[in-house]
Amino acid sequence: MKRHLLSATDLDRESATLVLDTAEEMARLGERSIKKLPTLRGRTVVNLFYEDSTRTRTSFELAAKRLSADVINFSAKGSSVSKGESLKDTALTLEAMGADAVVCRHSGSGAPHRLAQWVKGSVVNAGDGTHEHPTQALLDAFTMRRRLGRIEGLRVTIVGDILHSRVARSNVLLLDILGAHPTVVAPPTLLPVGIEAWPTEVSYDIDAVLPKSDVVMMLRVQNERMTASYFPNVREYSRRYGLDARRVAALPDDAIVMHPGPMNRGVEIAAEVADSARSTIVEQVANGVSVRMAVLYLLLGGSEPAIGSPAAGSTEGERP
Amino acid sequence: MSASVTPPTSPRATSAPEPPDGRSVLDPADVGRALTRIAHEILERTKGGDDLVLLGIPTRGVTIANRLAARIRAVEGLEVPVGSLDITMYRDDLRLRLPRALETTDVPGGVDHKLVVLVDDVLFTGRTVRAALDALSDLGRPRAVQLAVLVDRGHRELPIRADYVGKNLPTSRTQLVSVRLAEIDGSDAVVVGEAS
Repeated sequence: MKRHLLSATDLDRESATLVLDTAEEMARLGERSIKKLPTLRGRTVVNLFYEDSTRTRTSFELAAKRLSADVINFSAKGSSVSKGESLKDTALTLEAMGADAVVCRHSGSGAPHRLAQWVKGSVVNAGDGTHEHPTQALLDAFTMRRRLGRIEGLRVTIVGDILHSRVARSNVLLLDILGAHPTVVAPPTLLPVGIEAWPTEVSYDIDAVLPKSDVVMMLRVQNERMTASYFPNVREYSRRYGLDARRVAALPDDAIVMHPGPMNRGVEIAAEVADSARSTIVEQVANGVSVRMAVLYLLLGGSEPAIGSPAAGSTEGERP
Repeated sequence: MSASVTPPTSPRATSAPEPPDGRSVLDPADVGRALTRIAHEILERTKGGDDLVLLGIPTRGVTIANRLAARIRAVEGLEVPVGSLDITMYRDDLRLRLPRALETTDVPGGVDHKLVVLVDDVLFTGRTVRAALDALSDLGRPRAVQLAVLVDRGHRELPIRADYVGKNLPTSRTQLVSVRLAEIDGSDAVVVGEAS
Protein backbone atom coordinates (compact mmCIF):
# COMPACT_ATOMS: atom_id res chain seq x y z
CA MET A 1 0.00 0.00 0.00
CA LYS A 2 1.19 3.46 -0.92
CA ARG A 3 1.53 5.76 2.06
CA HIS A 4 2.39 9.40 2.58
CA LEU A 5 3.42 11.78 5.30
CA LEU A 6 1.15 14.75 4.68
CA SER A 7 0.11 15.68 8.19
CA ALA A 8 1.37 15.06 11.70
CA THR A 9 -1.89 13.16 12.19
CA ASP A 10 -0.75 10.57 9.65
CA LEU A 11 1.29 9.27 12.57
CA ASP A 12 0.10 7.69 15.76
CA ARG A 13 2.09 7.50 18.95
CA GLU A 14 3.72 4.22 17.99
CA SER A 15 4.82 5.23 14.50
CA ALA A 16 5.97 8.69 15.63
CA THR A 17 8.09 7.03 18.29
CA LEU A 18 9.47 4.65 15.64
CA VAL A 19 10.54 7.69 13.60
CA LEU A 20 12.25 9.26 16.61
CA ASP A 21 14.00 6.01 17.60
CA THR A 22 15.16 5.50 14.02
CA ALA A 23 16.38 9.10 13.88
CA GLU A 24 18.43 8.44 17.00
CA GLU A 25 20.42 5.78 15.15
CA MET A 26 20.63 7.98 12.05
CA ALA A 27 22.12 10.73 14.21
CA ARG A 28 25.01 8.44 15.13
CA LEU A 29 25.86 8.22 11.45
CA GLY A 30 26.58 11.95 11.49
CA GLU A 31 29.38 11.26 13.95
CA ARG A 32 31.17 8.84 11.62
CA SER A 33 33.76 9.65 9.01
CA ILE A 34 31.77 7.90 6.27
CA LYS A 35 28.32 9.43 6.60
CA LYS A 36 26.60 7.17 4.13
CA LEU A 37 24.32 4.14 4.15
CA PRO A 38 23.49 2.00 1.09
CA THR A 39 19.86 1.59 2.08
CA LEU A 40 18.03 3.56 -0.63
CA ARG A 41 20.41 2.76 -3.48
CA GLY A 42 18.53 2.92 -6.76
CA ARG A 43 15.57 4.84 -5.37
CA THR A 44 14.76 8.30 -6.63
CA VAL A 45 13.64 11.15 -4.41
CA VAL A 46 12.33 14.32 -6.04
CA ASN A 47 12.45 17.57 -4.12
CA LEU A 48 9.58 19.58 -5.56
CA PHE A 49 9.83 23.05 -4.08
CA TYR A 50 7.41 25.76 -5.13
CA GLU A 51 8.52 28.05 -2.32
CA ASP A 52 11.92 29.34 -1.35
CA SER A 53 13.61 27.20 1.23
CA THR A 54 17.23 26.66 2.04
CA ARG A 55 17.04 24.76 5.27
CA THR A 56 14.33 22.25 4.49
CA ARG A 57 15.39 21.52 0.92
CA THR A 58 19.07 21.00 1.73
CA SER A 59 18.05 18.97 4.77
CA PHE A 60 15.92 16.61 2.67
CA GLU A 61 18.59 16.51 -0.01
CA LEU A 62 21.32 15.58 2.44
CA ALA A 63 19.08 13.03 4.14
CA ALA A 64 18.29 11.30 0.84
CA LYS A 65 21.93 11.38 -0.27
CA ARG A 66 23.16 9.91 3.00
CA LEU A 67 20.85 6.99 2.32
CA SER A 68 22.29 6.69 -1.23
CA ALA A 69 19.08 7.68 -3.01
CA ASP A 70 19.25 9.62 -6.27
CA VAL A 71 18.00 13.13 -5.68
CA ILE A 72 16.42 15.46 -8.19
CA ASN A 73 15.89 19.04 -7.09
CA PHE A 74 13.05 20.71 -8.82
CA SER A 75 12.28 24.28 -7.89
CA ALA A 76 9.55 26.39 -9.37
CA LYS A 77 11.95 29.06 -10.49
CA GLY A 78 13.69 28.13 -13.70
CA SER A 79 11.41 25.18 -14.39
CA SER A 80 8.37 24.64 -16.58
CA VAL A 81 6.31 25.93 -13.68
CA SER A 82 7.39 29.44 -14.55
CA LYS A 83 6.11 28.66 -18.05
CA GLY A 84 2.68 27.92 -16.60
CA GLU A 85 2.74 24.16 -16.08
CA SER A 86 0.17 23.00 -13.57
CA LEU A 87 0.95 21.03 -10.42
CA LYS A 88 -0.73 18.01 -11.94
CA ASP A 89 1.28 18.08 -15.14
CA THR A 90 4.47 18.57 -13.20
CA ALA A 91 3.53 15.64 -11.01
CA LEU A 92 2.86 13.41 -14.01
CA THR A 93 6.19 14.39 -15.53
CA LEU A 94 8.00 13.44 -12.33
CA GLU A 95 5.98 10.27 -12.18
CA ALA A 96 7.11 9.34 -15.67
CA MET A 97 10.69 9.78 -14.52
CA GLY A 98 10.10 7.13 -11.88
CA ALA A 99 10.12 9.07 -8.62
CA ASP A 100 9.78 6.77 -5.61
CA ALA A 101 9.11 9.72 -3.33
CA VAL A 102 8.18 13.34 -3.87
CA VAL A 103 9.08 15.84 -1.18
CA CYS A 104 6.77 18.76 -1.78
CA ARG A 105 6.73 22.32 -0.57
CA HIS A 106 4.00 24.56 -1.87
CA SER A 107 2.46 27.89 -0.94
CA GLY A 108 -1.00 26.43 -1.35
CA SER A 109 -2.40 24.65 1.70
CA GLY A 110 -3.32 21.12 0.67
CA ALA A 111 -1.18 20.97 -2.48
CA PRO A 112 0.71 17.84 -1.29
CA HIS A 113 -2.64 16.14 -0.64
CA ARG A 114 -3.64 16.69 -4.25
CA LEU A 115 -0.22 15.51 -5.38
CA ALA A 116 -0.60 12.33 -3.35
CA GLN A 117 -3.67 11.43 -5.41
CA TRP A 118 -1.77 11.83 -8.66
CA VAL A 119 1.58 10.13 -8.15
CA LYS A 120 2.45 6.53 -7.48
CA GLY A 121 5.29 7.24 -5.06
CA SER A 122 5.10 8.41 -1.46
CA VAL A 123 4.57 12.11 -0.89
CA VAL A 124 6.22 13.90 2.00
CA ASN A 125 4.78 17.27 2.90
CA ALA A 126 7.68 19.68 3.38
CA GLY A 127 5.39 22.57 4.21
CA ASP A 128 2.14 23.56 2.50
CA GLY A 129 0.98 27.14 2.85
CA THR A 130 -0.28 27.86 6.33
CA HIS A 131 -1.29 24.26 6.87
CA GLU A 132 1.28 21.67 7.96
CA HIS A 133 4.98 20.85 8.12
CA PRO A 134 5.13 17.40 9.72
CA THR A 135 8.87 16.74 9.48
CA GLN A 136 9.53 20.03 11.29
CA ALA A 137 7.29 18.85 14.12
CA LEU A 138 9.15 15.53 14.19
CA LEU A 139 12.56 17.17 14.36
CA ASP A 140 11.31 19.51 17.10
CA ALA A 141 10.02 16.54 19.08
CA PHE A 142 13.32 14.76 18.48
CA THR A 143 15.23 17.79 19.75
CA MET A 144 13.07 17.96 22.88
CA ARG A 145 13.54 14.27 23.57
CA ARG A 146 17.31 14.50 23.14
CA ARG A 147 17.61 17.56 25.38
CA LEU A 148 15.05 16.73 28.05
CA GLY A 149 14.93 12.94 27.85
CA ARG A 150 11.20 12.66 27.27
CA ILE A 151 8.24 14.20 25.48
CA GLU A 152 5.31 12.91 27.48
CA GLY A 153 4.15 15.47 30.00
CA LEU A 154 6.33 18.30 28.69
CA ARG A 155 4.75 21.74 28.76
CA VAL A 156 5.54 23.29 25.39
CA THR A 157 4.77 26.94 24.73
CA ILE A 158 4.61 28.06 21.11
CA VAL A 159 4.75 31.82 20.71
CA GLY A 160 4.10 34.01 17.71
CA ASP A 161 2.34 33.98 14.39
CA ILE A 162 0.13 30.94 14.92
CA LEU A 163 -2.26 32.12 12.20
CA HIS A 164 0.23 31.71 9.36
CA SER A 165 2.31 28.97 10.91
CA ARG A 166 2.29 25.45 9.54
CA VAL A 167 5.00 24.68 12.09
CA ALA A 168 2.68 25.56 14.98
CA ARG A 169 -0.17 23.41 13.68
CA SER A 170 2.00 20.35 13.03
CA ASN A 171 3.74 20.78 16.38
CA VAL A 172 0.51 21.07 18.35
CA LEU A 173 -0.91 17.97 16.65
CA LEU A 174 2.23 15.88 17.09
CA LEU A 175 2.84 17.00 20.68
CA ASP A 176 -0.70 16.00 21.52
CA ILE A 177 -0.15 12.59 19.88
CA LEU A 178 3.05 12.14 21.92
CA GLY A 179 1.42 13.12 25.21
CA ALA A 180 2.90 16.59 25.72
CA HIS A 181 0.88 19.66 26.72
CA PRO A 182 1.14 22.45 24.15
CA THR A 183 0.12 26.06 24.78
CA VAL A 184 0.01 28.62 21.99
CA VAL A 185 0.62 32.27 22.81
CA ALA A 186 -0.14 35.07 20.35
CA PRO A 187 -1.99 38.33 19.97
CA PRO A 188 -5.66 37.57 19.19
CA THR A 189 -5.15 38.79 15.63
CA LEU A 190 -2.53 36.11 15.00
CA LEU A 191 -4.62 33.18 16.18
CA PRO A 192 -6.54 31.21 13.53
CA VAL A 193 -10.29 30.82 13.53
CA GLY A 194 -11.14 27.52 15.15
CA ILE A 195 -8.10 27.46 17.45
CA GLU A 196 -10.39 26.20 20.22
CA ALA A 197 -10.68 22.94 18.29
CA TRP A 198 -6.91 22.41 18.38
CA PRO A 199 -5.62 20.14 21.15
CA THR A 200 -3.87 23.05 22.87
CA GLU A 201 -4.23 25.69 25.54
CA VAL A 202 -4.40 29.28 24.30
CA SER A 203 -3.02 32.36 26.00
CA TYR A 204 -2.43 36.01 25.10
CA ASP A 205 0.03 36.61 27.91
CA ILE A 206 3.53 35.22 27.43
CA ASP A 207 4.71 36.29 30.89
CA ALA A 208 2.03 34.22 32.59
CA VAL A 209 2.96 31.06 30.69
CA LEU A 210 6.77 31.13 30.67
CA PRO A 211 7.31 30.08 34.32
CA LYS A 212 5.30 26.93 33.57
CA SER A 213 7.13 25.98 30.35
CA ASP A 214 9.66 23.21 29.78
CA VAL A 215 10.06 24.28 26.16
CA VAL A 216 9.42 27.63 24.55
CA MET A 217 9.27 27.70 20.78
CA MET A 218 9.45 31.08 19.10
CA LEU A 219 7.95 31.52 15.64
CA ARG A 220 8.89 33.99 12.98
CA VAL A 221 6.51 36.80 12.09
CA GLN A 222 5.72 35.83 8.52
CA ASN A 223 5.54 39.17 6.81
CA GLU A 224 5.34 37.55 3.39
CA ARG A 225 2.04 35.88 4.25
CA MET A 226 0.50 38.89 5.95
CA THR A 227 -2.13 40.63 3.94
CA ALA A 228 -3.28 43.05 6.66
CA SER A 229 -1.93 44.70 9.79
CA TYR A 230 -2.03 42.22 12.62
CA PHE A 231 -0.23 44.36 15.18
CA PRO A 232 0.63 48.08 15.44
CA ASN A 233 4.36 47.79 14.71
CA VAL A 234 7.33 45.49 15.07
CA ARG A 235 8.63 47.21 18.19
CA GLU A 236 5.37 46.74 19.98
CA TYR A 237 5.15 43.10 18.92
CA SER A 238 8.67 42.53 20.13
CA ARG A 239 7.94 44.16 23.48
CA ARG A 240 4.74 42.17 24.03
CA TYR A 241 5.74 38.81 22.56
CA GLY A 242 9.50 38.78 21.95
CA LEU A 243 11.77 36.52 23.97
CA ASP A 244 14.51 38.56 25.61
CA ALA A 245 16.91 37.80 28.46
CA ARG A 246 14.44 39.09 31.07
CA ARG A 247 11.74 36.69 29.92
CA VAL A 248 14.22 33.79 29.66
CA ALA A 249 15.07 34.40 33.33
CA ALA A 250 11.44 33.56 34.17
CA LEU A 251 11.75 30.09 32.63
CA PRO A 252 12.43 27.02 34.79
CA ASP A 253 16.16 26.24 35.02
CA ASP A 254 16.31 23.40 32.54
CA ALA A 255 13.84 24.81 30.00
CA ILE A 256 15.00 25.06 26.40
CA VAL A 257 14.43 27.70 23.73
CA MET A 258 13.60 26.57 20.20
CA HIS A 259 13.08 28.29 16.87
CA PRO A 260 12.35 26.59 13.54
CA GLY A 261 14.23 29.28 11.64
CA PRO A 262 14.78 31.45 9.82
CA MET A 263 14.72 33.85 12.75
CA ASN A 264 14.46 37.60 12.92
CA ARG A 265 16.93 38.48 15.61
CA GLY A 266 15.64 41.35 17.70
CA VAL A 267 12.01 40.78 16.69
CA GLU A 268 10.65 37.53 18.13
CA ILE A 269 13.92 36.50 19.76
CA ALA A 270 16.80 38.55 21.15
CA ALA A 271 20.24 37.74 19.74
CA GLU A 272 21.64 36.91 23.18
CA VAL A 273 18.82 34.39 23.72
CA ALA A 274 19.29 32.79 20.31
CA ASP A 275 22.97 32.28 21.04
CA SER A 276 22.57 31.11 24.64
CA ALA A 277 23.17 27.58 25.95
CA ARG A 278 19.42 27.04 26.29
CA SER A 279 18.91 27.60 22.60
CA THR A 280 18.61 24.47 20.44
CA ILE A 281 18.41 26.35 17.15
CA VAL A 282 21.59 24.90 15.63
CA GLU A 283 20.83 21.39 16.95
CA GLN A 284 17.42 21.56 15.31
CA VAL A 285 19.09 21.89 11.92
CA ALA A 286 21.35 18.87 12.50
CA ASN A 287 18.43 16.89 13.94
CA GLY A 288 16.40 17.76 10.85
CA VAL A 289 18.71 15.65 8.68
CA SER A 290 18.48 12.67 11.05
CA VAL A 291 14.69 12.83 11.27
CA ARG A 292 14.26 13.16 7.51
CA MET A 293 16.57 10.19 6.98
CA ALA A 294 14.35 8.23 9.35
CA VAL A 295 11.19 9.29 7.48
CA LEU A 296 12.64 8.43 4.06
CA TYR A 297 13.94 5.09 5.32
CA LEU A 298 10.62 4.14 6.88
CA LEU A 299 8.67 5.18 3.77
CA LEU A 300 11.01 3.81 1.10
CA GLY A 301 13.39 1.34 2.74
CA GLY A 302 11.24 -1.76 2.60
CA SER A 303 8.66 -3.52 0.51
CA GLU A 304 6.01 -1.20 1.90
CA PRO A 305 6.03 1.99 3.96
CA ALA A 306 6.12 1.44 7.72
CA ILE A 307 4.66 4.86 8.55
CA GLY A 308 2.22 7.37 7.13
CA SER A 309 -1.34 7.14 5.82
CA PRO A 310 -2.93 6.45 2.45
CA ALA A 311 -4.02 9.57 0.58
CA ALA A 312 -7.57 10.56 1.39
CA GLY A 313 -9.95 10.25 -1.51
CA SER A 314 -7.76 8.02 -3.65
CA THR A 315 -8.07 4.31 -4.06
CA GLU A 316 -5.01 2.16 -4.34
CA GLY A 317 -3.75 1.76 -7.86
CA GLU A 318 -6.08 4.36 -9.27
CA ARG A 319 -4.56 6.31 -12.10
CA PRO A 320 -5.12 10.02 -12.54
CA MET B 1 23.19 -18.48 -4.27
CA SER B 2 20.31 -20.89 -4.07
CA ALA B 3 17.46 -20.89 -6.53
CA SER B 4 15.03 -19.43 -4.04
CA VAL B 5 15.55 -15.72 -3.53
CA THR B 6 14.20 -15.69 -0.02
CA PRO B 7 15.43 -18.42 2.30
CA PRO B 8 12.56 -20.11 4.14
CA THR B 9 13.65 -18.50 7.35
CA SER B 10 16.04 -15.60 7.51
CA PRO B 11 19.12 -16.11 9.62
CA ARG B 12 18.19 -13.30 11.96
CA ALA B 13 14.68 -14.53 12.47
CA THR B 14 15.90 -17.89 13.67
CA SER B 15 16.82 -16.65 17.09
CA ALA B 16 13.70 -14.63 17.73
CA PRO B 17 10.64 -16.89 17.53
CA GLU B 18 10.17 -19.74 19.88
CA PRO B 19 10.11 -23.12 18.13
CA PRO B 20 6.73 -24.58 19.05
CA ASP B 21 7.92 -27.96 20.24
CA GLY B 22 11.65 -27.54 20.37
CA ARG B 23 14.29 -30.05 21.28
CA SER B 24 17.05 -28.63 23.46
CA VAL B 25 20.47 -29.41 21.99
CA LEU B 26 22.63 -27.30 24.34
CA ASP B 27 21.85 -26.81 28.02
CA PRO B 28 23.17 -23.90 30.10
CA ALA B 29 26.37 -25.78 31.03
CA ASP B 30 27.05 -26.61 27.36
CA VAL B 31 26.56 -22.97 26.35
CA GLY B 32 28.91 -21.87 29.15
CA ARG B 33 31.60 -24.36 28.14
CA ALA B 34 31.34 -23.43 24.47
CA LEU B 35 31.78 -19.73 25.23
CA THR B 36 34.71 -20.40 27.56
CA ARG B 37 36.41 -22.43 24.84
CA ILE B 38 35.80 -19.70 22.23
CA ALA B 39 37.25 -17.09 24.60
CA HIS B 40 40.41 -19.20 25.00
CA GLU B 41 40.63 -19.80 21.26
CA ILE B 42 40.35 -16.09 20.55
CA LEU B 43 43.19 -15.34 22.97
CA GLU B 44 45.28 -18.14 21.49
CA ARG B 45 44.66 -17.26 17.86
CA THR B 46 45.19 -13.52 18.40
CA LYS B 47 48.32 -14.14 20.51
CA GLY B 48 47.03 -12.48 23.66
CA GLY B 49 44.32 -10.28 22.20
CA ASP B 50 46.24 -7.10 21.35
CA ASP B 51 44.07 -4.57 19.46
CA LEU B 52 41.14 -6.93 19.83
CA VAL B 53 37.58 -5.58 19.47
CA LEU B 54 34.50 -7.78 19.92
CA LEU B 55 31.63 -6.56 17.75
CA GLY B 56 28.30 -8.21 18.46
CA ILE B 57 25.45 -8.25 15.97
CA PRO B 58 22.27 -7.27 17.87
CA THR B 59 20.57 -8.55 19.82
CA ARG B 60 22.06 -11.82 21.04
CA GLY B 61 25.41 -11.34 19.34
CA VAL B 62 26.04 -8.37 21.63
CA THR B 63 25.13 -10.42 24.70
CA ILE B 64 27.51 -13.18 23.62
CA ALA B 65 30.26 -10.62 22.89
CA ASN B 66 29.86 -9.25 26.42
CA ARG B 67 30.17 -12.74 27.88
CA LEU B 68 33.27 -13.46 25.83
CA ALA B 69 34.81 -10.20 27.05
CA ALA B 70 34.06 -11.15 30.66
CA ARG B 71 35.74 -14.54 30.18
CA ILE B 72 38.79 -12.94 28.54
CA ARG B 73 39.00 -10.54 31.47
CA ALA B 74 38.83 -13.45 33.92
CA VAL B 75 41.51 -15.46 32.12
CA GLU B 76 43.96 -12.80 31.02
CA GLY B 77 42.94 -9.67 32.95
CA LEU B 78 42.54 -7.96 29.61
CA GLU B 79 39.82 -5.33 29.00
CA VAL B 80 38.54 -5.99 25.49
CA PRO B 81 36.28 -3.29 23.98
CA VAL B 82 32.82 -4.61 23.13
CA GLY B 83 30.66 -2.92 20.54
CA SER B 84 27.42 -3.38 18.71
CA LEU B 85 27.08 -3.44 14.92
CA ASP B 86 23.61 -3.02 13.44
CA ILE B 87 23.35 -4.53 9.98
CA THR B 88 19.74 -3.61 9.17
CA MET B 89 20.60 -0.96 6.62
CA TYR B 90 22.99 -3.32 4.82
CA ARG B 91 20.67 -6.32 4.52
CA ASP B 92 20.12 -7.71 1.03
CA ASP B 93 16.45 -8.42 1.73
CA LEU B 94 15.50 -4.92 2.91
CA ARG B 95 13.16 -4.44 -0.03
CA LEU B 96 11.39 -7.72 0.51
CA ARG B 97 9.89 -6.81 3.86
CA LEU B 98 8.63 -3.89 5.91
CA PRO B 99 11.24 -1.40 7.07
CA ARG B 100 12.33 -2.48 10.52
CA ALA B 101 13.41 -0.56 13.55
CA LEU B 102 17.14 -0.04 13.76
CA GLU B 103 19.43 -1.45 16.43
CA THR B 104 22.37 0.35 17.93
CA THR B 105 25.71 0.71 16.22
CA ASP B 106 28.33 1.65 18.77
CA VAL B 107 31.99 0.90 18.31
CA PRO B 108 34.10 2.18 21.20
CA GLY B 109 37.49 3.30 19.95
CA GLY B 110 36.70 2.65 16.27
CA VAL B 111 37.88 -0.25 14.12
CA ASP B 112 40.87 1.22 12.28
CA HIS B 113 43.91 -1.07 12.60
CA LYS B 114 42.03 -3.29 15.06
CA LEU B 115 41.49 -7.01 15.04
CA VAL B 116 37.73 -7.23 14.89
CA VAL B 117 35.92 -10.38 15.92
CA LEU B 118 32.30 -10.31 14.75
CA VAL B 119 30.05 -12.18 17.15
CA ASP B 120 26.64 -13.65 16.38
CA ASP B 121 24.45 -16.35 17.85
CA VAL B 122 23.66 -18.47 14.78
CA LEU B 123 25.50 -18.77 11.48
CA PHE B 124 23.08 -19.89 8.77
CA THR B 125 23.05 -18.54 5.21
CA GLY B 126 25.94 -16.14 5.81
CA ARG B 127 23.94 -13.17 4.56
CA THR B 128 24.00 -11.45 7.92
CA VAL B 129 27.77 -11.73 8.03
CA ARG B 130 28.05 -10.38 4.51
CA ALA B 131 25.97 -7.38 5.59
CA ALA B 132 28.13 -6.99 8.68
CA LEU B 133 31.29 -6.93 6.56
CA ASP B 134 29.78 -4.15 4.45
CA ALA B 135 28.74 -2.22 7.54
CA LEU B 136 32.19 -2.65 8.98
CA SER B 137 33.92 -1.25 5.91
CA ASP B 138 31.86 1.94 6.29
CA LEU B 139 33.16 2.30 9.84
CA GLY B 140 36.83 2.05 9.00
CA ARG B 141 39.56 -0.39 8.03
CA PRO B 142 40.26 -3.15 10.54
CA ARG B 143 43.59 -4.99 10.41
CA ALA B 144 41.68 -8.25 10.19
CA VAL B 145 38.13 -9.51 10.70
CA GLN B 146 37.21 -12.84 12.25
CA LEU B 147 33.89 -14.45 13.04
CA ALA B 148 32.72 -16.17 16.22
CA VAL B 149 29.30 -17.87 16.47
CA LEU B 150 27.69 -19.97 19.15
CA VAL B 151 25.99 -22.25 16.63
CA ASP B 152 26.85 -23.05 13.01
CA ARG B 153 23.81 -24.73 11.48
CA GLY B 154 25.09 -24.97 7.91
CA HIS B 155 23.23 -24.12 4.66
CA ARG B 156 25.56 -21.33 3.61
CA GLU B 157 24.52 -19.30 0.57
CA LEU B 158 27.72 -17.26 0.44
CA PRO B 159 31.41 -18.13 0.73
CA ILE B 160 31.63 -17.36 4.45
CA ARG B 161 32.88 -19.47 7.35
CA ALA B 162 33.35 -18.91 11.05
CA ASP B 163 36.74 -18.80 12.79
CA TYR B 164 35.31 -19.80 16.16
CA VAL B 165 32.30 -22.11 16.50
CA GLY B 166 30.61 -23.13 19.74
CA LYS B 167 28.70 -26.03 18.23
CA ASN B 168 28.27 -27.39 14.72
CA LEU B 169 24.62 -28.30 14.46
CA PRO B 170 23.40 -30.29 11.47
CA THR B 171 19.91 -29.05 10.61
CA SER B 172 17.49 -29.08 7.73
CA ARG B 173 16.77 -25.76 6.09
CA THR B 174 13.24 -25.64 7.38
CA GLN B 175 14.11 -26.18 11.03
CA LEU B 176 14.21 -23.25 13.43
CA VAL B 177 17.25 -22.80 15.62
CA SER B 178 16.72 -20.61 18.64
CA VAL B 179 19.47 -19.41 20.94
CA ARG B 180 18.22 -18.37 24.37
CA LEU B 181 20.40 -16.36 26.71
CA ALA B 182 19.81 -15.67 30.37
CA GLU B 183 20.19 -11.89 29.98
CA ILE B 184 17.35 -11.76 27.43
CA ASP B 185 15.34 -14.96 27.73
CA GLY B 186 15.77 -15.90 31.38
CA SER B 187 17.97 -18.95 30.83
CA ASP B 188 20.58 -20.33 28.44
CA ALA B 189 19.69 -22.93 25.82
CA VAL B 190 19.92 -23.78 22.16
CA VAL B 191 16.69 -25.25 20.89
CA VAL B 192 15.89 -26.84 17.54
CA GLY B 193 12.30 -27.02 16.40
CA GLU B 194 10.33 -27.80 13.30
CA ALA B 195 8.74 -24.91 11.45
CA SER B 196 5.02 -25.01 12.09
